[in-house]
Amino acid sequence: MVSLSDYLILSSVIFCIGLVGIFVNRTNIITLLMCVELILAAVNTNFIAFSHFLGNEAGQIFVFFILTVAAAEVAIGLAILTLLFRVRGSIEVDVTNSLKG
Amino acid sequence: MGSEQIIFYFLSFWLIASSLAMIFSRNAAKAVLFLVLSFFSVASVWILLEAEFLAITLILVYVGAVMVLFLFVIKMLNINKSTLRAKFAGYLPLGLIVALIIIAEMTLVLGSAQFGLDVMPAPARHGADYSNITELALQLYTTYVYPFELAAVLLLIAIIAAITLVHKKEINRKQQSISEQVNVRAKDRVRIVSITSPPKENK
Repeated sequence: MVSLSDYLILSSVIFCIGLVGIFVNRTNIITLLMCVELILAAVNTNFIAFSHFLGNEAGQIFVFFILTVAAAEVAIGLAILTLLFRVRGSIEVDVTNSLKG
Repeated sequence: MGSEQIIFYFLSFWLIASSLAMIFSRNAAKAVLFLVLSFFSVASVWILLEAEFLAITLILVYVGAVMVLFLFVIKMLNINKSTLRAKFAGYLPLGLIVALIIIAEMTLVLGSAQFGLDVMPAPARHGADYSNITELALQLYTTYVYPFELAAVLLLIAIIAAITLVHKKEINRKQQSISEQVNVRAKDRVRIVSITSPPKENK
């Protein structure tokens, strides 16, 4: 049988991979958005694992709402990305430093 | 080692491998494809945890819609590959150190001494008549009905925000001009011409 700690450690590993992706990626913002999606998937796995082992469906309801919010976030993020590309002609992370003081 | 464990480790291997390939791939389109594989593996792990509805929602919504949206934006922006050279040498050692420390800490806290099978025993598998969708719907439409409607409003706001952000101003848009419509006068629209009728023929 697979224990709860296996699921939790798996999701923490996935979380850290997403975190490293955000650290090391300097090429484009699309990959940053994808790393955020990976982190959200890890968090959702945590919720579902606890929901299964505690016998309570509230965790799955929470995952449902997280999926909704993540879909909205991706839609607006990609819209901002398109706008950024239209204004600057590039979506590299190093180029988008106009907020630097 | 039971078959469930073999399946779990198989899925975990592909999940971690495709996630690592995703963050280290230099091509954005390839990264999207690796992320699709990651989401499939995550959905399979969720099915192992008896969350069938959410697993299928993840595949349909994420792989079917969101990932295709990512691919669509990547193809539409036509990112020049030569500008996307690998520049992740600078923060890689620090990022790896931080990630390894986080994983070590998590393993200490979440190890089998705290959440093992003898502390948290695995629940019995549901029978064939158990419906995950029914259980979720019973909760979602009674206890959580107001958050459900709020989520719908949030999606509507996201649609409006996304369209408003990328919409170009008045280039190809057909719209009413309210002030012109209000200020119109009869002489602008109606032209009265006097037509002289031909004389009637006498019989």
